[in-house]
Amino acid sequence: MSETAAVTRAPRKRSKRARPRLDFWAWLGVCIVLTGLFLVVFGPYLAPYQVGQIVPGATQFMPPSSETLMGTDILGRDVFTRLLYGARLTVGVALAATILGFLLGMAVGFSAAEIRGRYDDFVTWLIDVFLSFPPILLALIVIAALSSDLWVLICTIAVIHSSRVARIGRAVAMNVAALEFVEVARARGENLLSILVREIWPSTIRPLAVEFGLRMTYSILFLSSLSFLGLGIQPPDADWGSMVKENLNGIQTGAYLSVLAPAFAIAILTVGVNLIVDWLGSQSGRSISEELTK
Amino acid sequence: MRNPGKKTGLTKRVRRQRGARCALLGTWEQEALFKLIAKRLFVGLITLLAISVIVFAGTEILPGDVAQAVLGQAATEETLAALRATLGLNEPAYVRYFIWLGKFLTGDLGVALTNGMPLDGIVGQRLTNTIYLALYAAVVALPLALGLGLLSAAWPESTFDRVVSSVTVFFISIPDFVIALILVLIFAVELGWFPSINPRPRWSDFFPTLGAMFLPMLTLVLSVLAHIIRMTRAAVLDVLKQAYIEMALLKGVRKSRIILKHAIPNALGPIVNVIALNLGYLISGVVIVEVVFSYPGLGRLMVDSVVFRDVPQIQVVAMVFCAFYVSLNILADVGAIMANPRLRYAK
Repeated sequence: MSETAAVTRAPRKRSKRARPRLDFWAWLGVCIVLTGLFLVVFGPYLAPYQVGQIVPGATQFMPPSSETLMGTDILGRDVFTRLLYGARLTVGVALAATILGFLLGMAVGFSAAEIRGRYDDFVTWLIDVFLSFPPILLALIVIAALSSDLWVLICTIAVIHSSRVARIGRAVAMNVAALEFVEVARARGENLLSILVREIWPSTIRPLAVEFGLRMTYSILFLSSLSFLGLGIQPPDADWGSMVKENLNGIQTGAYLSVLAPAFAIAILTVGVNLIVDWLGSQSGRSISEELTK
Repeated sequence: MRNPGKKTGLTKRVRRQRGARCALLGTWEQEALFKLIAKRLFVGLITLLAISVIVFAGTEILPGDVAQAVLGQAATEETLAALRATLGLNEPAYVRYFIWLGKFLTGDLGVALTNGMPLDGIVGQRLTNTIYLALYAAVVALPLALGLGLLSAAWPESTFDRVVSSVTVFFISIPDFVIALILVLIFAVELGWFPSINPRPRWSDFFPTLGAMFLPMLTLVLSVLAHIIRMTRAAVLDVLKQAYIEMALLKGVRKSRIILKHAIPNALGPIVNVIALNLGYLISGVVIVEVVFSYPGLGRLMVDSVVFRDVPQIQVVAMVFCAFYVSLNILADVGAIMANPRLRYAK
């Protein structure tokens, strides 16, 4: 794991780790994530049936057969097809929410680090308020108010991320903003946007990359949990979380696959992202995100 | 740092007195500490106020009219207007906010829209149930997590450490409801050792209840365990990197002593912090667990009230949750300050 290279009595291990190379686990993570992205784009084209289509002649919770690779779900729909379609919603929404949250969080955090003063105090306080709000509650209140529209979900998760990203972004940008080349840029009369984007942002990519991975995992878990509660993606659409919810009865009838396939799809995807995060973390020493968040 | 194990020429009594004075702090230090804690409490209160604004605003923009929701489709214009007047719905939003806040602070929580039951009774009972579950999980999780974290920090890169690391990565990566499902499949469906639907906790028959609540507890434990293990390990390893530890090592101090006496006091701050954060997580993580196991706790009440759009209930439950969360955060900060004297003089 990441921190071990820096332990006092292990100088030999440090030199062994000096060259950045993807190890086996990192490769596995990359493969999993690439597969996920591939399914986002091509998943629906690979599916043997339509997403809401009931397999002809099928009943609910049929075991796997040559026609239905993973059996059928509670309404007699093909589990494999829905899994492929679900990838687009699960990965797509999580990715969109993470990217949006990062843009928002970095804009707020970086500008606070650069402008300082009252603005910084206000932003820090606001971040603290949002951080002391349990994320699931925030999401539940927003969903209660605005319904589980796809964009509402994306924006809610993005806002939840943005407070955490802003906090870390501000901490990282604080250090960068004190460096000479930013000083020079200020003296040169560059405007705020240009300082943030051209001077500060490139130096913060490395620490924030780890954070991006962590946030991505969190997005996937959070969206799946909301869908599992019946408050995320609404039928007839289904992401992996809502597939688990729909087919819960399958556990009693022994049709484990209709529940476990989407559940394990979520788990494999998040493990994949985490493997990359761990590798990235071990490359850049102790990750800031580990200090600041849980 | 003075070596705490060093034999000084002082008598036992004098040393004990010094220790006592250290624990109580000097008056000046005490004052600084109280100031910090008071400041932190004040910030916490402001935060709660801000949260109450968010909660109120969030539930205010709910589509539809509370009066309509109460009276249903058959309501006439006159009865609607009358109810609006009695509920104070004609006032501007900020006035209603202060009325709501005033009632809330004086303990008048109102009634649930869906069944007209007084909310303080429901919320109180559900809160007790949730705390019961969360405490049960915390009592199991904390010693286990701290122990495993310390052991893997003591032998970094050992087989034990690697196994613990890989298992924690796995448990961080899978959603709580998947953990719950797998546990139900194994222990309730296949083995039949524990029930998957559990009764409400009863203090009278304590141990049967603990058995019935085993699966929800285990789910919560598994979902927080990994974070605490990783943070404990990271915090202790971070301290072990420092020069004074190397010094102790070179002097030939035993490893167990180095970790317990030299490293842990300095790693305590971050550890206390992550524990409080995870207890906060326990409180909100129960939402999923309570729904899966249909446990009558506050989390399920929250989900139900969102599903049925019961505004007063959402507001009360959300505020109770947030108050808990904020107090745990304050406790975390105070704990970190107590554990690390250097934090007392920052800024």
